[in-house]
Amino acid sequence: MASPTSAPARRRAPRASADAGGRRRPLRRDGAWPLLFAGPLVAGIAVFYLWPVVQTAWFSLTTSEVFGGATFSGLDNYRQLFTDPLLYRSLANTLVYTGVVLLGIPIAVYLASLLNLPGLRFASFYRVLYFLPYVAMPTAVAMVWRVIYNGDFGLLNYVLGLVGIDGPYWISTPGAAILAVSVVGLWSSLGFSMIVVAAGLKNIPPEYYEAAELDGASRFRQFRSITVPLLSPSIFFLLVVTVIASFQLFDLLYAILGNANPALTQSMSLVYFFYQAGFVSNDKGYAAAIAMVIFAIIGVTTAVQFRLQRRWAQGG
Amino acid sequence: MTTTGTRPARRPRGALATTVALLLVTTACGGGSGSGGGGGGGASEEYSAPDSDLSASLTYSVWDQTQVDSIQQNIAGFQEQYPDVDVSVDVTPFGEYWTKLQTQASSGTLPDLFWMNGPNFQLYASNDFLAPLTGAVEAGDVDPANYPESLIDLYTYDDVEYGVPKDFDTIAIWANRAIFEQAGVPVPEGDWTWEEFQSTAAQISQALGDQGVYGAAGGMDGQTTYYDTIYQAGGSVIEDGESAYDTPEAQAGIDFWRELIESGGSPTMAQLTDTTADQWFTSGKLGMYWGGSWFRAALSDSAVADDVVALPLPTGQEQATVIHGVSNVVAASSDQKQAAQALQVYLASEDAQRQLGEAGSVIPAYTGTQDAFVASMPDADLQVFLDALDYAQPLPVSENTAEWNALEVELLPQAFSGAEPVEEVTTELAQRMDTVLAEG
Repeated sequence: MASPTSAPARRRAPRASADAGGRRRPLRRDGAWPLLFAGPLVAGIAVFYLWPVVQTAWFSLTTSEVFGGATFSGLDNYRQLFTDPLLYRSLANTLVYTGVVLLGIPIAVYLASLLNLPGLRFASFYRVLYFLPYVAMPTAVAMVWRVIYNGDFGLLNYVLGLVGIDGPYWISTPGAAILAVSVVGLWSSLGFSMIVVAAGLKNIPPEYYEAAELDGASRFRQFRSITVPLLSPSIFFLLVVTVIASFQLFDLLYAILGNANPALTQSMSLVYFFYQAGFVSNDKGYAAAIAMVIFAIIGVTTAVQFRLQRRWAQGG
Repeated sequence: MTTTGTRPARRPRGALATTVALLLVTTACGGGSGSGGGGGGGASEEYSAPDSDLSASLTYSVWDQTQVDSIQQNIAGFQEQYPDVDVSVDVTPFGEYWTKLQTQASSGTLPDLFWMNGPNFQLYASNDFLAPLTGAVEAGDVDPANYPESLIDLYTYDDVEYGVPKDFDTIAIWANRAIFEQAGVPVPEGDWTWEEFQSTAAQISQALGDQGVYGAAGGMDGQTTYYDTIYQAGGSVIEDGESAYDTPEAQAGIDFWRELIESGGSPTMAQLTDTTADQWFTSGKLGMYWGGSWFRAALSDSAVADDVVALPLPTGQEQATVIHGVSNVVAASSDQKQAAQALQVYLASEDAQRQLGEAGSVIPAYTGTQDAFVASMPDADLQVFLDALDYAQPLPVSENTAEWNALEVELLPQAFSGAEPVEEVTTELAQRMDTVLAEG
């Protein structure tokens, strides 16, 4: 989010210097203070985020030993990676997961609007109810869902059985497993999305709705023409955050499927693939290459989203 | 017992081990990997039992919280001899233990003394992170003859011993007598064959299938299932540094489980993923569970504890079971090696081992100190696990065990379920495993 704000600032700079050289002086007078205040944060980010990115980029060009030590091997890791079927399978799985979890955004908008209806009783109770999964530990959530999904004794197949459907072994059948994990991901992200949307809703002045009602707009028309457009910043924020989080799917998958699951290879996500290479096979160089690919995918996706948002915001 | 009885099994769990002592005589610092940590152990140091006024402060890393009490008792015994040696016990849960150890090894900060298991041993030994046991053996402070031979082999690399087993575990069948009775099938006595096992399992499944009860179960844990049958078929998993999965013997060992599932004697692989074999057993839904001696701890708290009896594994071409055990090893980089080795030697002693056995959580490795284990469930005939020492084979390991373990998990389920022919699956597994072993 830094880039959209800093770009206009740069463009404005020449104008500013033209009308008053003095504009810059306050900065100079502040001396080292700004640096001092921003310093700890910048240093922290540099040491714990930026430097590791640089290092990972370097490691991805090396073949590493288990206990450290690495030899430069150029693009070998990438060459191997792009011919590895696991990369494409895990990418596809990650996209499936992301797609399903993104469905949570419209659902969250809909549910938050319902919760926002004037005169709804127990509104905060419902809000807590929806938010609880988000504060629960993913591993604990996963344990509960493992039981629900259990093919022989699980709640889900029991309920399906009541209506005559013979449910599969959800978490050990390739294909079903990633969907099962996605649904849990959707369910646990719903609470967070709803809170964000609810905050956005509170910022819409009630007068708009009153005016629309006087003009005879239906509830649905109000939702479509007032709520959704005015929520677009919140929705956009959710879109970016959800996509980034979904691409980093690991703990939920690991905890639900376990590491001795026959469906695992067909169901792994990109980050699981990274984990497998780096911490099971101890091939840190290869893992770094996978990490760089994930980094690039998230970076490009996010950049595209910002692009679209600019157009979208202006058009709306 | 090993790690935590409840978590179904990751293989290394195992047991614990014995202790050992050591010292270096050369270990060849070979292998490259410049990793700073180990190194060194050159020929310059000689093992000698320290004087009792030795003063030192040691760190001892382990992963099983349930054994800490008995370890503290062991240490108290050690301090009667060496009152000025402080030992702090550092417990890290099994899952994180190896990640942490790897980091410590890379940065040259390994604990003075720590637990080692079979799957990880060669990785550390080949990178010179461990101090050899040779000195203590030559000085007569540790006699390898007192411990199961296959465990001594497990902790020998390039003909150099590094760890003395602290405890061990073997595999046998845990059988639920109540289920046998209900099914009208007699509980087998003494040694039996593969065919007898298969038909017993199928009979129980047939008799009690409508109640959701199965005769036996396979699973994805090689140590407790298919490694045993591969050995029983006369095969092995690794032979001379190469995969032996493409041999007829290993294929027979894998086929055993396919047949069991096909006959209905076992739940399917999908069922066993959702509900693991030990869960089927402790819920009273499984007649026979192939499990390790460590399972006793989890079992004794379960509803079926009173009905349980241990049976020997069936015999194929030969009789076999997989043995594993944890050992104590000293870091080559320790700057208090003399004290660490003294503790290693003490923990391997008969007194310390007996104390460990009486604490009850594991089977101590020192021959003759294991009675407490058998006595802990007098009606379950736990002697079977000790008798198995006669025909025990070591857990198959290499320098990069985890890597081909992942291949087994990826490929073997297709063979067990009958989705693909055993021969094709094992041939592919052997090829890919050879690639991994060559890199190792």
